[in-house]
Amino acid sequence: MGDWMTVTDRGLSSESKTISQYTSEIKMSPSSLYSQQVLCSSIPLSKNVHSFFSAFCTEDNIEQSISYLDQELTTFGFPSLYEESKSKETKRELNIVAVLNCMNELLVLQRKNLLAQENVETQNLKLGSDMDHLQSCYSKLKEQLETSRREMIGLQERDRQLQCKNRNLHQLLKNEKDEVQKLQNIIASRATQYNHDMKRKEREYNKLKERLHQLVMNKKDKKIAMDILNYVGRADGKRGSWRTGKTEARNEDEMYKILLNDYEYRQKQILMENAELKKVLQQMKKEMISLLSPQKKKPRERVDDSTGTVISDVEEDAGELSRESMWDLSCETVREQLTNSIRKQWRILKSHVEKLDNQVSKVHLEGFNDEDVISRQDHEQETEKLELEIQQCKEMIKTQQQLLQQLATACDDDTTSLLRDCYLLEEKERLKEEWSLFKEQKKNFERERRSFTEAAIRLGLERKAFEEERASWLKQQFLNMTTFDHQNSENVKLFSAFSGSSDRDNLIVHSRQPQKKPHNVSNGSPVCMSKLTKSLPASPSTSDFCQTRSCVSEHSSINVLNMTPEEIKPNQVGGECTNQKWSVVSRPGSQEGCYSGCSLTYTNSHVEKDDLP
Amino acid sequence: MNFSEVFKLSSLLCKFSPDGKYLASCVQYRLVVRDVNTLQILQLYTCLDQIQHIEWSADSLFILCAMYKRGLVQVWSLEQPEWHCKIDEGSAGLVASCWSPDGRHILNTTEFHLRITVWSLCTKSVSYIKYPKACLQGITFTRDGRYMALAERRDCKDYVSIFVCSDWQLLRHFDTDTQDLTGIEWAPNGCVLAVWDTCLEYKILLYSLDGRLLSAYSAYEWSLGIKSVAWSPSSQFLAVGSYDGKVRILNHVTWKMITEFGHPATINNPKIVVYKEAEKSPQLGLGCLSFPPPGAGAGPLLSSESKYEIASVPVSLQTLKPVTDRANPKIGIGMLAFSPDSYFLATRNDNIPNAVWVWDIQKLRLFAVLEQLSPVRTFQWDPQQPRLAICTGGSRLYLWSPAGCMSVQVPGEGDFAVLSLCWHLSGDSMALLSKDHVCLCFLETEASVSTACRQLGGHT
Repeated sequence: MGDWMTVTDRGLSSESKTISQYTSEIKMSPSSLYSQQVLCSSIPLSKNVHSFFSAFCTEDNIEQSISYLDQELTTFGFPSLYEESKSKETKRELNIVAVLNCMNELLVLQRKNLLAQENVETQNLKLGSDMDHLQSCYSKLKEQLETSRREMIGLQERDRQLQCKNRNLHQLLKNEKDEVQKLQNIIASRATQYNHDMKRKEREYNKLKERLHQLVMNKKDKKIAMDILNYVGRADGKRGSWRTGKTEARNEDEMYKILLNDYEYRQKQILMENAELKKVLQQMKKEMISLLSPQKKKPRERVDDSTGTVISDVEEDAGELSRESMWDLSCETVREQLTNSIRKQWRILKSHVEKLDNQVSKVHLEGFNDEDVISRQDHEQETEKLELEIQQCKEMIKTQQQLLQQLATACDDDTTSLLRDCYLLEEKERLKEEWSLFKEQKKNFERERRSFTEAAIRLGLERKAFEEERASWLKQQFLNMTTFDHQNSENVKLFSAFSGSSDRDNLIVHSRQPQKKPHNVSNGSPVCMSKLTKSLPASPSTSDFCQTRSCVSEHSSINVLNMTPEEIKPNQVGGECTNQKWSVVSRPGSQEGCYSGCSLTYTNSHVEKDDLP
Repeated sequence: MNFSEVFKLSSLLCKFSPDGKYLASCVQYRLVVRDVNTLQILQLYTCLDQIQHIEWSADSLFILCAMYKRGLVQVWSLEQPEWHCKIDEGSAGLVASCWSPDGRHILNTTEFHLRITVWSLCTKSVSYIKYPKACLQGITFTRDGRYMALAERRDCKDYVSIFVCSDWQLLRHFDTDTQDLTGIEWAPNGCVLAVWDTCLEYKILLYSLDGRLLSAYSAYEWSLGIKSVAWSPSSQFLAVGSYDGKVRILNHVTWKMITEFGHPATINNPKIVVYKEAEKSPQLGLGCLSFPPPGAGAGPLLSSESKYEIASVPVSLQTLKPVTDRANPKIGIGMLAFSPDSYFLATRNDNIPNAVWVWDIQKLRLFAVLEQLSPVRTFQWDPQQPRLAICTGGSRLYLWSPAGCMSVQVPGEGDFAVLSLCWHLSGDSMALLSKDHVCLCFLETEASVSTACRQLGGHT
């Protein structure tokens, strides 16, 4: 506690340092005082203290200083620096162990104190910052308080003003009310006065009238008269009757009769209306029963006994329905039953409908939103489209109508025949032109046909030659097979110079192994094939074949070689044909079949070759 | 639609006989009776002075001509032209004269409403009824002609006396709880009497034939009250038009209000058809499209053509700013009329004088509004069907029916300003009255009318 105070004091004023020191010294426990001294020592003190410290121990005053220290230390509760002496006279010896112990203790104390000081300093700093914070808070709050106080004052002022206004308004209202009251009073008084006056005036007027009446009537005005030629009969043909008590009674009777008739008529109407309403009610009830009874089986378990009673009611009423005369009985007995049962049923129906509504709304909530929107958009689009279509259709109709009208008007005109003639002439010319064109076309066609027939003839001739050739070749081969087996290959080569297909076939048969690969490739894709044909001259493996081929059909092969890639494409069919041929050839099989196939393909290719130029 | 030639007329005095056979009209002091079909003059009577009022007896045998200035009433017989009857009220004066329903008695009201003299044509007897009240509608007969109700005023109190018409015996006499009774009216069934108070107070009282008060109704206080009252022909409804511009419909069972019809100046409901009369400047050759071409087309060429257009809602009608500091301000429902089948009610709000409102009584809502170019003077329902004839004081006749409406130019030299009109019993013709001429207008049968409607563009 004392520690706190000193620290704060020091922080607050440096001048009162020493004073506070002393004051604290008085109060403090020794240990704390010690620390105080330590604290003091750590801080630069006044000069004389310094000098005292610096000149504390010299050569001369060792003894004194030791004793002083001893004294001091003992006062602070340390053990004495001197050894315990037996006698008081003998000089006390300095106990080094005690000195060292003391020093050590002092040092420890010093360290502790330093630590404590540090802690205190940091705490001090913390507290200082806290203080600052609190001060700022305080000032802020003060400001707030001020503003709120001002606001409050403003509000109070306003309140006061409003109250003032209110009071004024109240006053005004009161005044107005008074005014109204006054005016009402005035009106009332005026009204009474007016009425009074009116009455007075009316009385006067009546008096005058009376007087006038007397004057006019009593004068026996001759003028007041009816001048009539002759009296006419009554409209009903009867004679007038005297006024007697009897007539009076009769009049009364008649009046009541009329009234009665009227009431009866009205009652009848009301009865009719009532009956109709009842009928409607009954029908409604019946329908309700029929509507509710089938679905009642299910809710019977769920719904509480109220429905049960209704059902029993329903059953009762069903019995009641047969006795239709019931409704013609007094209303009150039937009415209650009817209305009650209908009310109950209505309640059931209502709850049912509500349930359904809920379900519907749920369903709607689930799946309604986006669908609906989309459908609406669709609708709009659709309608737009349809409108557009309608517009177009309308336009079309209009134009057609116009055309029709034009046609009609044209028909009506006298110039129709003339125009028609004109049209005919034009048409004739056009037809003529067409005719000539047609003729030309015909001519062309005939020419073509002729060429075709020629070609066919040529083809037939060639075929014949080929057959002959084949026959001769077969013969030759047959002969060769029997006689010169070893000269086979040479012969073939020789033959190849003359005739394409057989030659080539042979060649292929011979060079089957090296040619297999490109064949397969070419089989794979026609594009490759075209590539192949392009690169044919370059590829060494097929160079022979190419040569032979070029031998077989000179111009066709040349053509193929000269072709640009685009031009090759239509030729691909032919290429494929050759492919086919190759594949057939490459297949191992009887040579006979192979040959026949070859010949077939050959003719095909031949036709195609013909087509090429 | 055909028009007869124009006959002379004075003081708008022209009436069809109740049996529908004759047409009586007055020219100064002469009374002319014509056959309705041929328009031939059947009788011509000469009175002593300018005629101010005429009335047919219920059996169409007699005509009463009143000359109020002279205090004279002359009666003429149709069957016996030589028969004559003259009633002189002498110094007592005459302000009103009417037939009793039996057609054999004449009720003359003397000046200052001193008394009512009942003159009989059958006997010499003369009856007097004292203290009749000087009010708008003080005498009313039941439709069957049995009873007469008379408003009286004695000792500053209102009374109603009910007389038996056959012998003028007083049947009932009772005081009414009114400040200043203004009108009385029997229901068509003759069992209920409506009695309404002065315009200063909204009050309508319903009395039974035997004098019992059935009901009293008051819509509001402290403001100008009832202006017009009309019974529906079925006696089911009582329409009460008031100065607040509303019509209140009371029912005949509870005598409570069923509904009230406001007459706002703007119509927002798109269901309501608003016919607006539009004037077009005449175009040569087209000018005679809206009516059958008269012989010489000089007359119609002078006036412009008018036709109805259906205005698109919201429509704001032309309103009149009433002068409120004068008596009888031009506000409120001044005219009310039920159609003969009770299905429609036609009204006019006096501060929207150009418009006629037609209400559907079955559905209790507004049905159509007709806005004319000039203030509506009169309208009258066809006695046979829901067809309303309207005149505005111009040279045109306007007809409305649920199918549509049309305007017809009245042909003739110069303008024939139709000030009033009255339907013939059969609904086939009507008399159009101008200041000094009368003209009969014959309507075609229903089918041709509807085609005419279409042709005239009444609906478009």
